[in-house]
Amino acid sequence: MTLQLAFDVVLIVTLVTCAWAALTAPDLLRSVVLFIAFGLLLSFVWVRLQAPDVALAEAAVGSGLTGALLLSTLNVMRQKEAQIAQESTDAARESESEQEVAVAQDS
Amino acid sequence: MIGSAVLYALGGVALFGMGLYALLAYPNLLRKILGMNVMGTGAFTILIAAAYRGSDAAPDPVPHALVITGIVVSVCATGLALSLAVRIQAVTGAAYLTPDEEDAP
Amino acid sequence: MPKIADQDEVRLTAGRALLLGMSLVLTLTLAAAVLSLPEDQPRLAQVALERLPESGVGNAVTAVLLNFRGYDTLLEVAVLLLAIIGIWSVARTARVWIKRPDTPILRAFVRFVVPLMPIMAGYLLWIGADETGGAFQGGAVLGGMGILWIAAAVWLPQRGGRALLRPLLAIGLLAFLIAATWMLLARGNFFEYPPEQAKDIILIIEGAAMLSIGATLALLFVGGAPQKEESS
Repeated sequence: MTLQLAFDVVLIVTLVTCAWAALTAPDLLRSVVLFIAFGLLLSFVWVRLQAPDVALAEAAVGSGLTGALLLSTLNVMRQKEAQIAQESTDAARESESEQEVAVAQDS
Repeated sequence: MIGSAVLYALGGVALFGMGLYALLAYPNLLRKILGMNVMGTGAFTILIAAAYRGSDAAPDPVPHALVITGIVVSVCATGLALSLAVRIQAVTGAAYLTPDEEDAP
Repeated sequence: MPKIADQDEVRLTAGRALLLGMSLVLTLTLAAAVLSLPEDQPRLAQVALERLPESGVGNAVTAVLLNFRGYDTLLEVAVLLLAIIGIWSVARTARVWIKRPDTPILRAFVRFVVPLMPIMAGYLLWIGADETGGAFQGGAVLGGMGILWIAAAVWLPQRGGRALLRPLLAIGLLAFLIAATWMLLARGNFFEYPPEQAKDIILIIEGAAMLSIGATLALLFVGGAPQKEESS
């Protein structure tokens, strides 16, 4: 009975800590990976609460599929961000060189 | 609620609160979507804990069915939200919500 | 411009401390509400478990999903379709990087695992009538199969493929609506299956719904309307 209670407490604490770590990790890739781990822990919780159908759906859909969606989106958004950053540095360099040309013409 | 199901329900409440905080506080769209998902799982955990009837009795199947429906709907909402986030980034160039666009000079 | 991975992004500022406090108050209120839930047994569970023999299936969750609360599942399948329509209207091009990766390990893995997945999905659907499983779990396996296919570029949804994808996405909702309307005309009630044929009807609807769910989940991963493959 007490062993069971200890298991419950450990599982809940791990679950909540994992969720908090996923939400507040500075690196979004780490966030997403922690979120997938969180989903798998959650399916443990639901097996413990005698809901195996729900646990199966959560492990496959809630954790696996959502994780795949998040990872692919993160990849796309980072590529886009790098592209935007590249364009803005290019634009800055162009305007700098234009200014240099203008300065050269003035003198 | 019975025995340790109360503990799991309280854990679900904590997840809901944490997800809500992340949804409100962080400007990054992906983090908001993560927060929304954690809120949802908190609600699901409360429902499953409420359906628990002890280790030797059959649990209530109605909340279980609701939660399975909810999981699939939430992954669809996530997919749509992620598409919207990618679109927002393509249009505005930022993967986060900027505060008060009109007030800026 | 702040990067996506920014250390400052999750720093606790004064405004965030206020939000954290407010979330904490709401959480404590919710906790008090959960603790004050009545202890007595809700009657809905008893009704569902008592009338399980009439539903045609032995798994109480499947009985609730497909028979007692068929409306919920009907509307859910409609939501899946709406989500894909929404994504296709928001994103005109696929989000997933459509390149053919030169990874023999992934290809070998896909060649080995993918043929097993429809068998597993079918098994989950069949066993879902009496044990753990069902259309959603089977659909998730099919969706995973689609994602593996797409990630390994064995098959990519292309513009021409819409002719196949559209019926696949709609078949679940159609089967549901046809069965429900047929029961309305034959027996006078929406979703009232005759107990002796209930299992067959439920399995047919579940099979159709499983195909739609699998297609929907795989296309969520693509995250945009199917397009012609880039030749680059």
